[in-house]
Amino acid sequence: MLDFSILTDNFGTYLTGFGKTAYASVLALAGSFLLGTLLAVFRITPVKPLQWIGTAYVEFIRNIPLLLVVYLFFLGLPSIGVVLSPFACGTLGLTVYTAAFIAEAVRAGILSVPKGQMEAARSSGLSYGATMRLVILPQAVKIVIPPLNNQFINLIKNSSILSVISGFDLMFYADRIASNTYVVFSTYIFAGMFYLLLTLPLSYATGWLERRLARNY
Amino acid sequence: MDFKDAYKWVNIEFMLEGFLVTLEVAAAAIALSFLVGCVAGTIRYMKIPVFSPIAAFLVELVRNLPLLLIIFFTMFALPEVGIKFGVVQSAIIALTVFESAMISEIVRSGLNSIPKGQVEAGRSAGLTPFQTLWHIVLPQGLRRMVPPLVSQFISLLKDTSLAVIIALPELMHNANIVIGHNFQTAIPALMLVAVLYFVVNYTLSLVSRRLENRMA
Repeated sequence: MLDFSILTDNFGTYLTGFGKTAYASVLALAGSFLLGTLLAVFRITPVKPLQWIGTAYVEFIRNIPLLLVVYLFFLGLPSIGVVLSPFACGTLGLTVYTAAFIAEAVRAGILSVPKGQMEAARSSGLSYGATMRLVILPQAVKIVIPPLNNQFINLIKNSSILSVISGFDLMFYADRIASNTYVVFSTYIFAGMFYLLLTLPLSYATGWLERRLARNY
Repeated sequence: MDFKDAYKWVNIEFMLEGFLVTLEVAAAAIALSFLVGCVAGTIRYMKIPVFSPIAAFLVELVRNLPLLLIIFFTMFALPEVGIKFGVVQSAIIALTVFESAMISEIVRSGLNSIPKGQVEAGRSAGLTPFQTLWHIVLPQGLRRMVPPLVSQFISLLKDTSLAVIIALPELMHNANIVIGHNFQTAIPALMLVAVLYFVVNYTLSLVSRRLENRMA
């Protein structure tokens, strides 16, 4: 049933798409991690206006589809004169979207550190910033890693949205192979295997990490 | 930005028609994936030989694949092996397959979170394993599953937008057509789309929060 000549004949094409998918995912992960952490800090600081910005961003983005965010970059920006490449639009969209989820994961992590830690550090004379950096964040990281890993898996899967705006990712090349060879079934099975190559190790690593971190408590 | 053209009644009506399709497809997929997910999650929880490993394998497989790929596969690859669906069926089936895997994980961890003593007590009171599950574990587990289930349903509703790639006439597809007629309507049209999704999803999340408070 599986036509292996599809894989051997188009291996280079698959690899190109695989590389782009991995590249977009890593870029978007780095970007959304920075933006997400910033938003999480916004939501936790005692400064009200920052809290509002953080909450509004997270609530709005979490409740609209990723495709819509990507379309805002891909269709919305050109109508006001800013034209970016499809790859850039897709990666930016992924970053903006994933940041909202990462912000929630990081915020939950920080809030799960007992309040006494903050009080102890503050009363021993550390500033708010120093307490965050030296006391709270190192403890929060442990709790945040498994959900962050899950977000990364989602990000890799979501990067297939690039194909909708012809962003030259794995899915895009799979479509191209399918329309060149007229063999659809095998083409997508192999594309799926390439995705699993990225997501399965991560998903096992998450499970392993969760079990390891649970042991420490 | 051409607000006047974007918000002409024909365009708004057209997009609302699309939103109706979105809601219908999402509702069907929610109902189906809840059923399939509950069954798959319970099978994994019960550790039934042969069935549980198969369910685990399928869930892991589907959970690690992009939904877009599953939609494409249902619509374009399955006809090659003689299984053919229309656009609406393909969308519902693909969404159901994908979300069932997610929901089965929620159900499994919800059931696992019920203390073992509950099962032991039920069993020693003479209930069969199935009766223990049905009368003791499930009612308690379901309560804990409500928040993650609702957020999964929200993602499902958002994910229906991916069916644009098989030209399902849902909200995003119709908005795309409006934008295609006049490029300057892009931002206002997408803003309307955002508001529609946001209103429904935010309401759902508020309901979930209320339920959570009432149960606690």
